[in-house]
Amino acid sequence: MSSGGHHAHPPKQPDIEDGPYSWHMALTDAVADLLLAKGVITGEELRRTLETIDAATPARGARLVARAWCDPAFRTRLLEDVNAAAAELGIDAGAIPILAVENTPELHNVIVCTLCSCYPRYLLGAAPDWYKSRAYRSRVVREPRAVLAEFGLELPDHVRIEVHDSTAELRYMVLPLRPPGSEGLAEEALAALVTRDCLIGTAVPRVPAES
Amino acid sequence: MTVRPRYRPGQRVRVRRWDPPGHVRTPFYVRGHRGEIVRVIGPMPNPEDLAYGRTDRPPVPVYRVRFRRRELWPEDPRAQEDTVVADLCEHWLEPVGSGS
Repeated sequence: MSSGGHHAHPPKQPDIEDGPYSWHMALTDAVADLLLAKGVITGEELRRTLETIDAATPARGARLVARAWCDPAFRTRLLEDVNAAAAELGIDAGAIPILAVENTPELHNVIVCTLCSCYPRYLLGAAPDWYKSRAYRSRVVREPRAVLAEFGLELPDHVRIEVHDSTAELRYMVLPLRPPGSEGLAEEALAALVTRDCLIGTAVPRVPAES
Repeated sequence: MTVRPRYRPGQRVRVRRWDPPGHVRTPFYVRGHRGEIVRVIGPMPNPEDLAYGRTDRPPVPVYRVRFRRRELWPEDPRAQEDTVVADLCEHWLEPVGSGS
């Protein structure tokens, strides 16, 4: 490596080792080391599990929604059992049960975990940082319309907002309404309309305006 | 072990106004308030046991309970028809008579 002056700039942001080694980080490392040392799990199993968790993305939820829009029988099965419906599409949604809550012209659903940050991560991947913030967790229950407006979603007064607080062993995803103007779209194009926030309920799918 | 749920969907319940020590998963904003059973989702492990490694305790019925904003925050004139659903363990719920 060159010791030339222009390589000596300090990094613009700290590297991962530069932060404090917290009590919980130490606990995680110690438990993982013990599980490996005692042969409870192998390093390969640990790596594969972490890769499985990281492979989950909101696109998988979007596929479920698009299929439900196209296939009424699948929609019924999705509302009964998200994990089983996902398995039909070859998607492993994990062992924690997920319930889909369906938007209607009169009802808009929003997901939160006021106590911590429960989220259907085995289906949708890691929750966004704002989902874990105290501001979102407290305000979306107390003033959901104001919070949704900040996300750019203004709902008419006749639409009831139902906030689902994930306080137990069940996780939630929103089944949004198929947007107007999407009648001619194929399933794959429909899935592309369903973003992560649509699955949390802080947005609704929209067909981009023709330019 | 099967646990027979005490409440049915549609029944009115009140969340206990209770502040026990230790780990609980009943949000403060619903305690003491009336709601309606939406759905039975238990039995599930009781988080109040699980947090302390007591995995031999029986699971408890858990319910989706719907609350109206009008009930939770009557002083707030905004959007009184909007609702919140929380998932609550049976021992946090009390029956509400039809007159109350």
